[in-house]
Amino acid sequence: MRLRRAPAAVRPEVVEKVPAADRFTLADLLGEATADIGSRPGRLVTTIVGTVLGVAALIATIGFAQTAAGQIARQFDAAAATSLVVTPSTAQTGGASGSSVATGVLPWDAVDRMERLAGVDSAALLAELSLPDATVTAVAVNDPSQAPPAPPALYAASAELLDAVGGHVATGRFFDAGHDARADRVVVLGSRAADRLGIERVDNQPSIFVDGIAYAVLGVVDRTDVRGELLDAVIMPTGTARADVGLATPGDLQARIAVGAGPQLSEQAPLTLAPDEPGSLQVQAPSARSQLGQAVQADVNGVFVILSVIVLLAGGVGITSVTMLSVVERTGEIGLRRAVGATARQIAGQFVAESVVIGLLGGLIGAAVGVLGVVAISVARDWAPVVDPWVALGGIAVGAVLGLLAGGLPARRAARIEPVEALRGGT
Amino acid sequence: MTAPTTVSAPEDVEAPVPAIELRDVTRSFPGPPEVQALKGVNLTVPDGDYLSIIGPSGSGKSTMLNLLGLLDRPTVGEYRLGGVLTSTLTEDERAALRARQLGFVFQAFHLMSRRSVLDNVMLPMLYAGTPRAEREPRAREALQRVGLSHRMGFLPGRLSGGERQRVAVARAVATRPRVLLADEPTGNLDQTTTGEIMALFEELHADGLTLVLITHDGGVARRAHRRIRLTDGRAEEV
Repeated sequence: MRLRRAPAAVRPEVVEKVPAADRFTLADLLGEATADIGSRPGRLVTTIVGTVLGVAALIATIGFAQTAAGQIARQFDAAAATSLVVTPSTAQTGGASGSSVATGVLPWDAVDRMERLAGVDSAALLAELSLPDATVTAVAVNDPSQAPPAPPALYAASAELLDAVGGHVATGRFFDAGHDARADRVVVLGSRAADRLGIERVDNQPSIFVDGIAYAVLGVVDRTDVRGELLDAVIMPTGTARADVGLATPGDLQARIAVGAGPQLSEQAPLTLAPDEPGSLQVQAPSARSQLGQAVQADVNGVFVILSVIVLLAGGVGITSVTMLSVVERTGEIGLRRAVGATARQIAGQFVAESVVIGLLGGLIGAAVGVLGVVAISVARDWAPVVDPWVALGGIAVGAVLGLLAGGLPARRAARIEPVEALRGGT
Repeated sequence: MTAPTTVSAPEDVEAPVPAIELRDVTRSFPGPPEVQALKGVNLTVPDGDYLSIIGPSGSGKSTMLNLLGLLDRPTVGEYRLGGVLTSTLTEDERAALRARQLGFVFQAFHLMSRRSVLDNVMLPMLYAGTPRAEREPRAREALQRVGLSHRMGFLPGRLSGGERQRVAVARAVATRPRVLLADEPTGNLDQTTTGEIMALFEELHADGLTLVLITHDGGVARRAHRRIRLTDGRAEEV
């Protein structure tokens, strides 16, 4: 082999320019930083254990909080999470009175249209009947010596209302689609309205009188999941209300939907009910996560996040001290690298990169352990585990950032090693 | 190859530029007491020379190696490596010059114990800007040159002392340096392996490499074609 000399250096460049592809690149840096990482498994475990624990604790904390929030939402907010209401939009009329008028109209077949949508369990039309001077009494005669009691509220509803509001009939029955279609003069009473009207049982076929017209009382509703105001109301079929009191349009549509279908149905309902002008309808639907759940999550997170951060700091100190030890052990290697042409910056970069890779590895393992922990405990408790994917990814990033910070000090020290001193020792 | 020119020494333009040129180099370490490790040393090493620097310990050999290897700077005087006045260079320029112009062989080998023989030989090329595609072929070629092509995948710990030093020599020549600096290269070797390494140096020299050997061993020093004796920081040709 003929050994050729390196090209002579000419100032001011000192040495010939190296093409970018042949320089010491980031890929070279990573290659050098990762070449030794697995060579001492015991050392590696010691180095990353703090990071693994810290990231795992952080992810488990946030994961448990999210799971608990989801659980609370399921237990306490089930009704709210499944209630969807469609109302016509309103606009200010502009006058001094400040009153508003509806700008949209719900179609009378809204129930059929809604029930065709995926995620809708049942739907019903509902309208509050505004009859300012109406009297509602249980007897036909009016006692002029007594001040007239405030009448109970009057509502018109379609036959599906009981299902849509999750109501329970204490006695008797709810009216059906037949009553509605025939405009039968029948009503169902809310339990408090029934109390005020003095009606306790329906097996004796009582009637009430609305503006003097008799309506047969079919049943009494004593409980609803939503729309508690119905317990104070007299409810008649919409067909009856259209015939007797001139109900022109439905007031709103109450639907019971599957958990989680809210955001999607918010989009679909206006298009289904008013395809020509979807903006004329407003939808109140549950958001993805309940406010109650978020509040609970904030409480739980506060304490445990602080604990996790402390563990993470310990993990960072672990990386720093082990990397520092590694710098001392590899003094000879650092001296050699400097002698063969590595700059102080390249040496520092190598140790920072090593530390980032270790942190990244710790974050990766920690995230996996944290997520598995949440899943395992949730399964044991029969909960539905909830971990936002961003939390897991964030955990990995936390590990990398920790490595970056922890590597600073050892890298600084490595860069300051004088090759002359370093090469004096042996390897 | 054309001779490199130098900007700041017009009298050298006509003559071939020496590989190494020291002029009145003094290196003193601030005390107390202040120590002058080298005192007004003048030395010229033309390309293709085979030089040994000999002296007892404390005579300034290590200081000399550090200066020649661009690991240290003279307190007074000029050092030109391949015609480049090194005192004006930045640290990064000196690192680049080390990578491209110099090869090092140490008494303690300084091999990376967790990397294969081949990886060890490829290390300097990482910093020397050797074309990426050429790095592994050149490392294999260098290992073949020192007779270790059957040990490429080994870890250094499995090699004998002589083999380790031959890996170090392969590492030093793989970048095709202008000058090979060897610091007590046989200090850790027995008689037989010392002979092998010295024979290898002789072959490299015959191939045209400039060699500077620093040693306290008179027998080793005599194998070189020129000898410089350091005594109390002063150099004289033997």
